[in-house]
Amino acid sequence: MASTMDALSPEAMLTFYRRLYPFKSVYGWLNHDHMPTRQWTHREFAFTLAGDVYVRYKSYNNADELKADVCKLNPSRFEIGPVYSARPRDKKTVRQLTPLQRELVFDIDMTDYDPIRTCCSEANICKKCWKWISAAVKVLDESVREHYGYEQLLWVYSGRRGIHLWISDPEALDLTDAQRKAVVGWMNVVVASGQNEGMKKVNLRAGTKALPPPLQAALDTLLPYFTSIVLEEQDCFGSEKGYEALLEFIPDVKVADSLRKTWSADPTKPSASKWLDLKAEVKAKDRSQRAPLMHAMEDIILHYTYPRIDAEVSKHRNHLLKAPFCIHPKTGRVCVPVDPRGIDSFDPERVPTIGQLLGELDEGMVVEGEESSPDSDVQRTSLAPYVEMMNKYATSLMDLKRKAKQDPDTLAW
Amino acid sequence: MFKSTERKPFQQQDTAIYQASTSSHLQYPHRLNFYDKPPLFDVTIEEFETCALERLRVLAEIESSAARNRTWEESKTAIRAQAEKHLVLKQNSAKYDDLDGQRRKDHLSHFVLRLAFCRSEDLRRRFVKAESTLFKVRYEDDILTDREAFLNSRNFNTIPVLPDEKKKYESQLYSLYYGKNETERKAAFEREKYFKVKWTRVPDLVEKRRVFLNRGWAYVPSQEQSSIIFGEYENQLEKALELTARLLPRLDEDTRLIPILNNLSQGFIAGSSSEWMGENGEGTCGEEIRAEMIDDMSKRHFPMCMKTLHDRLQRDNHLKHFGRLQYGLFLKVLGLSIEEAVAFWRKSFSRITDDKFNKEYRYNIRHSYGLEGKRANYPAKNCLQIMAPGSGEYGCPYKTYNPDNLQSALLSTYSHQGLKAADLPDIMQLVNANSFHTACTRVFEITHSSCGVKKGDGVNGEHVTHPNQYAAHSRELYKATKGAAESEDVAMGP
Ligand SMILES: [Zn+2]
Repeated sequence: MASTMDALSPEAMLTFYRRLYPFKSVYGWLNHDHMPTRQWTHREFAFTLAGDVYVRYKSYNNADELKADVCKLNPSRFEIGPVYSARPRDKKTVRQLTPLQRELVFDIDMTDYDPIRTCCSEANICKKCWKWISAAVKVLDESVREHYGYEQLLWVYSGRRGIHLWISDPEALDLTDAQRKAVVGWMNVVVASGQNEGMKKVNLRAGTKALPPPLQAALDTLLPYFTSIVLEEQDCFGSEKGYEALLEFIPDVKVADSLRKTWSADPTKPSASKWLDLKAEVKAKDRSQRAPLMHAMEDIILHYTYPRIDAEVSKHRNHLLKAPFCIHPKTGRVCVPVDPRGIDSFDPERVPTIGQLLGELDEGMVVEGEESSPDSDVQRTSLAPYVEMMNKYATSLMDLKRKAKQDPDTLAW
Repeated sequence: MFKSTERKPFQQQDTAIYQASTSSHLQYPHRLNFYDKPPLFDVTIEEFETCALERLRVLAEIESSAARNRTWEESKTAIRAQAEKHLVLKQNSAKYDDLDGQRRKDHLSHFVLRLAFCRSEDLRRRFVKAESTLFKVRYEDDILTDREAFLNSRNFNTIPVLPDEKKKYESQLYSLYYGKNETERKAAFEREKYFKVKWTRVPDLVEKRRVFLNRGWAYVPSQEQSSIIFGEYENQLEKALELTARLLPRLDEDTRLIPILNNLSQGFIAGSSSEWMGENGEGTCGEEIRAEMIDDMSKRHFPMCMKTLHDRLQRDNHLKHFGRLQYGLFLKVLGLSIEEAVAFWRKSFSRITDDKFNKEYRYNIRHSYGLEGKRANYPAKNCLQIMAPGSGEYGCPYKTYNPDNLQSALLSTYSHQGLKAADLPDIMQLVNANSFHTACTRVFEITHSSCGVKKGDGVNGEHVTHPNQYAAHSRELYKATKGAAESEDVAMGP
């Protein structure tokens, strides 16, 4: 059946929602409880329907209601918003609908790396450029845990060329917009400055001082990535345009001129060799002149490897973000959860597509007398390990909530 | 919370509500106040309103400083000047001042405005922002010893970082430590005390990476302590306002307070026009306006909407209810006293008898001055209200007139002030773009070119947002440029 229909047709989407989409797992993850709480009932869902119709302020009493509505409207995707002061679906009748809670979210997208990546452009992505995402996941995951003390992190592949992070610690859910903005300010090193100007570095250090501790720690994590991605695979400085961008970071005009002279004679000289040239120039300087150049080298490493975060997504509680397990409308891939510890071996091209999953459903025959249920359906497809991961995580959130209820002091710090 | 009975002696048993102080004999030992406790003394309704109005002027200055993008130093200067006029609050060293009296007024006015501004999310947000700014200005201006005494009187729930822990994170803490040169910095760092707070209490320091973060805790050096204090102040005020909003319905039983509170919040909503809401406002230009001056003034200083009402009143010797209300409040804010207002309307309504006037109109005029009925201090309508749908024949002429009528009305009204037919296309283009404010502003510029106003100058650099703003600035300009010449003429006359 599935093999005969177009992978992204409405029929295929409907089959996916009816038989495979893990509504119960998503419910557990958002609700932190078996019984529906405000975290579920007052939660906004938004649907993208055929013809780019966008429906907001939907909310449900339980997971089954969501499933019924999704199957009825068959959206091409749906998004998750904040927990409001009232049920979003009562928007017209309630006096106020204020966003109260929301997972702290981060969005990293390959587009923001376009000015520096050389392997692909625009919507395309390959294993080489995905490494930047790997580096970003490592740094962000570590920082969120070490600096902010958050532990309930869910990483979700966005289905094409990016990744989302959802943080569900109770303290993170309660953050105000101002506090979210502060986290983003702390995290952001590289910010976009207009469409065609590429990227501009900001806010790295105070004056001529050493890097602040969080960036120093990130630098250690990022150094191997800089060598393998920037210097080797992407060969970011292997063209005139590429090395000119590098030279912009050099504060010492003499050093920059000398390097430019050498490199213009051999513009495609490999980036790794050019980096050695720079190192040699820096070493030749006496101590007082060396410091600013060393700083510049650190700045370059951060500029080319530090996570590029889409700040607007994180700053506001009422920003909507695509739900996990949705199908990416262009690639047909499922937005699956990702284990950050295995991020280096994660291959976006091996993420199951809707066509593949429906094919798998067709092949596995339902045993005579056995009812087909979403649980058993999922088990017969390559979606199973991802749903299993989500279930485990949702269970840990519920455990945490139960413990907090029994012993309220453990969280009250 | 407030009893609006007659003034009673200050209740001594209420001392418990103030911060305890061993050395001070004052009811309010500190100039700074977190306003934890409501004022539990009795106040008169006049005091209730006037002290709130005065605080409002200071808050309006704060908002306008932000709107004008002033630097922090410029803002402080402007805010201090306004506070010096309306909300004096001296340091403890000012022994001969009535410190308790000043602080009592500060305390009371803050709480009255809480009642007025707790009722919508937007008002709450603006109020918190303005009040926090006021607190910051006072905090920074406070003498060090006074400030320390205040800080010691409160528990900010900060956890001191013990020497062992400071040692453990020395490299991280030191790399974020700000100081002049390396030796000084090292010595100062050795002396520095650190506090631990949840990072969410100091988002501004986090955003700028100025604190060391460790598993959700921010390590704040005492030199950055003010961030904790300001954060705490905002936080408490936000919560208190939400609580007040929920409790407010109980206040409805006191019908005298509601109109006052409505009026206060309306003045704040009007933003820049909050300056134009009181009889003693700055819009009055100082000198007394008499009934017989109105006709002349209308020719020189009034915007189209008010000029139209004035002309209609003179032509028909009558104005219907809403027209009277609108024009009457405009004249009140312009500075017409109640006696002169009664005289003006009596003269204008020349076709009716004294008896009818006294019965039907005198009361309404006094009412609009807050002397009858609800005794509310009604503000004059601003442009937004005048332009609102349903204003009908009393709406903004730029919006309601058809293009032909508007052009001939403009010429007949303003040609004696220099408006020419050649100016019309420019104005009509703005009207056609539904930019009625701007059209009115343009007319102001044209008709005040003899005072040196040029295209783009606006009304003191702003668009017209209120007919009283238009008229007041027009009068100021005339006074500044023509006043001298006119008085000379008088002196030289026979
Ligand atoms: Zn690529």
